[in-house]
Amino acid sequence: MKVLRFNRKQLCIPYVVFLVFFVIAPLFVIIFYAFTNGQGQFTFDNFVNFFVSSNTLGTLLYSFALAIVTTLVCLFISYPTAYILARSNLKKKYVLLLLFILPMWINFTLRITALKEILSVIEGNISAYPFLNSVIGMTYDFLPFMILPLYNSLSKLDKSLIEAASDLGANRFTVFLRVTLPLSVPGIISGVTMVLLPSMTNYVVLDMLYNSTYIMGSLIGSYFSAYDWNNGSLISLILLVIIFFVTLITNRFSDKDSENRGAVI
Amino acid sequence: MKKALRIIWLAVVLLFIYVPILVLAVYSFTDATMVGAGIGGFSFENYINLFKNDELREMIFGTVALAVVCACISTVLATFGAIGSFYSKKLTKSLINTANQVPVVNADIVTGFSVCILLIVILRIEKDTFIPLGIGHIVLTAPFVYLSILPKLKQMDGSLYEAALDLGATPAQALFKVVIPQLIPGILSGFMLAVTLSLDDYFITTYTKPSTFDTISTYVVNATKGSQTEVKTALWALSTLIFVIVVVAVVVMNIVSGKKRGTKK
Repeated sequence: MKVLRFNRKQLCIPYVVFLVFFVIAPLFVIIFYAFTNGQGQFTFDNFVNFFVSSNTLGTLLYSFALAIVTTLVCLFISYPTAYILARSNLKKKYVLLLLFILPMWINFTLRITALKEILSVIEGNISAYPFLNSVIGMTYDFLPFMILPLYNSLSKLDKSLIEAASDLGANRFTVFLRVTLPLSVPGIISGVTMVLLPSMTNYVVLDMLYNSTYIMGSLIGSYFSAYDWNNGSLISLILLVIIFFVTLITNRFSDKDSENRGAVI
Repeated sequence: MKKALRIIWLAVVLLFIYVPILVLAVYSFTDATMVGAGIGGFSFENYINLFKNDELREMIFGTVALAVVCACISTVLATFGAIGSFYSKKLTKSLINTANQVPVVNADIVTGFSVCILLIVILRIEKDTFIPLGIGHIVLTAPFVYLSILPKLKQMDGSLYEAALDLGATPAQALFKVVIPQLIPGILSGFMLAVTLSLDDYFITTYTKPSTFDTISTYVVNATKGSQTEVKTALWALSTLIFVIVVVAVVVMNIVSGKKRGTKK
């Protein structure tokens, strides 16, 4: 009888083939399309046009502004929250944490719909505050993704270090600044990456809250609707480069167990 | 005093998170067509519409079916991928890990757009075949399944596989009866993560879906642009329903995992 013989290493072949075709190949396709025109000829035009046009440069700056403000707001709300949760003596603090990250499992378009209804009641005409509402919307969407990594790194923190610092005469503020904060940097970094990049690209939040200003994601969306694959690819490539550098920087700081994106269950 | 301050902080953040969802939940049980308007009579109308309206029903079932099918394929691919790469040489392993990391750190919109260009623009695969959509969702979810299985492989006793072979098991038996049972928790949490990621996705879906098919995300975004009040208020009911399902799922999982922890002690 012939039994199925295989080397256990060969088990990864289907997945490797899949990664090569559908993860790696699309990246090269993006690079190719970014540097060609509609006729398939090599050109720097897309590239030059992006960095010459004040419209697209404005979009890049607006994206950065929105992303940085959103990230700072998320950090400002999440750090104390995660700190209080991690340091509390409650027996069931895990349940309390779940309350804060539970919205992560509700479809974000439905959550933004809910937020929009509330903002309409509070503000009356919500299109009057586009930037503010976008920041609120993004914060509402991404808050759990900031709280979770911060909580993880703060709750792993060795308490004896804090006790040692206080025993050696540091006051509470110094302990926080010199011990707790530096040790939570990996959490801050992974939280920041979870919020920074999506808030440069998630144009649905802006659309739903009637902010008609473009961010980088909206550019891809509009080029997609216009069948302009080349310029769309250029925007994707610019985002890829930004993501590459952010990852490069964050890899230096972050700790190894980085499966925070919804991996709580 | 300080304790009170902490509780107030947590309460304010929780209010920010839950007020929109809960207000919408209250309104979903009334015949009001606008949040902020006086709450009229109590009514199940929205919930009935949610299941009576063919378009809405098909959209919900389509979303769930897509998520479950893609999560199953992702789980199988990534499980074997993770096992194979775990036993591979260091170089192969780090190459696979790097490729696997690409969709994780990449913005969803770039992943979706690049898959769209490769499959639809270059390979000219019809959107109506659902192949681009399925592949897009697998690209999004499989890497996260891979990541949730890796730690379980590292915890596993590496010599178990050899021991099974020495005792006369075929490689297939050693794999299915010895290795995979050890990975079940990782496989399950990876599967759940894949389902939630797929349910929440907007960008990959938009760029790869057939024009007549909608998931919850794409449907909600289009619905908010239209002015059909019946659909709008039915979506409030959907939001509430999903919220309740998520709460129940989280509670059940906690009870189950709590019991397991209890028996281990």
